[in-house]
Amino acid sequence: MNFDDTPAEASYRAKVREWIAANKPDLTALPPEERLVWTEGHKNAMRQWQATKAAGGYACITWPKERGGAGGTQIEDVIFSQEETNAEIHDPYYITGLKMLIPAIYQFNDDAKFAERVPRAVRGEEIWCQLFSEPSSGSDSAGIRTAAVKQGDEWVINGQKVWNSGAAHADYGLLITRTDPDQPKHKGLTAFWLKMDTPGLEVRPIKTMGGDSELNEVFFDDVCIPDEQRVGNVNDGWSVVLATLMNERAAIGQSNGLTWSDMMDLAASIETDEGTVMDDRAFRDLIADLYVDLEARRLIGFRILTAISRGQSPGPEGSAAKLLWSGGTQTMMSEALDMLDQFGLVQDSTLSPRAGAYQQRFLWSCGLRIGGGTDEIQKNIIAERVLGLPADVRVDKGVPFREIPSGR
Amino acid sequence: MDFDYTDEQKALKDEARRFLADASPIPVVRGVLDNPERGHDEALWSRIAEQGWCGAAIPEAYGGHEIGYVELCGLAEELGRSLAPVPFASSIYQYAEALLAEGSEEQKQELLPAIASGEAIGTIAVSEGPGTVSAKRMTTRYANGTLTGTKLPVADGMAAGKAIVLAMGSDGPVLALTDLSGPGVSRQMVQTVDPTRGAATIVFDNAPAQVLGEGGDGIAALARIHSRSAVLMSFEQLGGADRALEMARDYALERYAFGRPIGSYQAIKHKLADVFIRNEVARASAYYGAWALSTNAEELPVAAAAARIAGCNAYWQAAKENIQTHGGVGFTWEYDCHLHYRRARHLGLALGSAKVWKRKLTDLLEAQRAASQAERQAA
Repeated sequence: MNFDDTPAEASYRAKVREWIAANKPDLTALPPEERLVWTEGHKNAMRQWQATKAAGGYACITWPKERGGAGGTQIEDVIFSQEETNAEIHDPYYITGLKMLIPAIYQFNDDAKFAERVPRAVRGEEIWCQLFSEPSSGSDSAGIRTAAVKQGDEWVINGQKVWNSGAAHADYGLLITRTDPDQPKHKGLTAFWLKMDTPGLEVRPIKTMGGDSELNEVFFDDVCIPDEQRVGNVNDGWSVVLATLMNERAAIGQSNGLTWSDMMDLAASIETDEGTVMDDRAFRDLIADLYVDLEARRLIGFRILTAISRGQSPGPEGSAAKLLWSGGTQTMMSEALDMLDQFGLVQDSTLSPRAGAYQQRFLWSCGLRIGGGTDEIQKNIIAERVLGLPADVRVDKGVPFREIPSGR
Repeated sequence: MDFDYTDEQKALKDEARRFLADASPIPVVRGVLDNPERGHDEALWSRIAEQGWCGAAIPEAYGGHEIGYVELCGLAEELGRSLAPVPFASSIYQYAEALLAEGSEEQKQELLPAIASGEAIGTIAVSEGPGTVSAKRMTTRYANGTLTGTKLPVADGMAAGKAIVLAMGSDGPVLALTDLSGPGVSRQMVQTVDPTRGAATIVFDNAPAQVLGEGGDGIAALARIHSRSAVLMSFEQLGGADRALEMARDYALERYAFGRPIGSYQAIKHKLADVFIRNEVARASAYYGAWALSTNAEELPVAAAAARIAGCNAYWQAAKENIQTHGGVGFTWEYDCHLHYRRARHLGLALGSAKVWKRKLTDLLEAQRAASQAERQAA
């Protein structure tokens, strides 16, 4: 057991660290409010960074060379991402397209029209988004109702998508539709790729309780998509969903954020009659619990890396890590507010500790438990795929989609 | 990054699992459960000793096989999984590690070879009654080369021939080494919640003893020893927790209620998923401890405390939810669920409760924080 890179990994890390240091975007040139993700300034800086990576051969490390990649290994890709994180580069714009959607589409389509889009995405000229979830299709991800009807060489789309991350900034999307409601739920779906400025398509940002608007609703009102932009076979869209979700597991990267040591810093800064909150017995027990869970999450990440480094695919640890992170973050933020006592209510960038980051994350952490597979879905994944327990009884199995109760 | 057993270590573990399936099946465990006066299974202990496991981490110079600590961790995991009723934890994780870490060269030379071969059994005696022993309230005395006082409970106290005893010396707490079959020692079996790991009350009345190593602060020395023991024991806890989860899973698949396997209900699925997460936390924390122990890293005290807490939590959660998943039959003497429930509590208390270790962990983290702040200020 060790935490060291292999010699090959170490030399790759040294090489990319040097390259990143020499080429990384300078966000300090931007006004402070433009350094935040999803602002125009940040987005443009990251677009430039993506182009730089493409020119340097680091844009799509694991892709084959003939598709504009570097023909590299998973672990090289992980090392590059780690070094980007270390250099404080946070890029939410291109990961969805380059790590999830485009590799999935490539499994089904390699026609010239789609192939034309790819180098542009690699160079950061075009951003892609995922158009899967719907108001009636969240955890029940095959419950798609957005309809696609064939008319001549085109498909006419009507319906609504929701929770689409970055859709307001995206140039292209991968869309899942219902093409045959007389077939059971997982059959009768068809996938398309489309331009986000196609007439009849409207993106409306959703303001979340965290205050940001990264998520969107996307409405389709007689949107026409040529048949040549269909991904895979008609009524075989579920295969495209699965291919994408397989990539989603691989794309889960490292994350930063407030952790147990920040909680200790905060506790040590709050005075009590006995000294500081750090001297409170109950708080000390809490720190031990937080340390164990949050360090375990970091260590489980090392176990995932070990599998990747050995050329294996990671096991089910990812779901456990996600649950530890989402639940742990929410608990930690709530405890942070508690230790501030009544002052914990104050969310003010000039008055609150860390400019209100604890309050901001207290609100935002609710989303962590829902996005990317809810806590409950993660537990189902563990129970079914790891422990081999049976799937729940399904009243919709084998039933034509249009006959499935919808509660409406 | 290589944060896992190697293929060779996995092969050793697999071999150990096969060996224990044959040598320590449940009837062997129950043989001790139903006859608590036995304390452990002597035939099994001999077979384990023949395998050379006792000397896995003991250097060749002291009669061991020096295979390695990560390998010993793998064996511990399998011993925990099989519920083996043997004094391995007391003799190897505690007594042998105490000698290795704190003993004098002479003490190591004299005492370790018999431990490595399994001929001798040792233990550490700390507890004196309700609550955590402290320098202030310790009643056992060490003076003029003799021990006087009562230790209760002492794990494997009937089986052990030698003990390292925490006692108050003239200048503060010390660790003293004594012969349990010598004069001035009387002992009596004491019943515990886990009869498959024996325990004793030991009364010392001017029993001849010598200080361990150079002497010095016994409580600090015990903490250093416990860091090593805690990592090894966390692997026993992990092995037991994994097995308890498997039992619950198997039963959830086989037991039907309302026309379907109970494992298809989310109330069961999510409960067992929660157990799985606790086991993964324990696994990651134990592996980190194994790394720290095997490399003598300065992170060892923190890593060991985290492994200990995670191991206690995981085995407790897995053992109690295993009974709950089984329902009524899980509460019977006949089903094996209670063996894990008992063992989880035994392992969870034998080195001090998780509560005590949480305090220790936060103390260590606070000291680390102060040190790094001082460093930053100096720079």
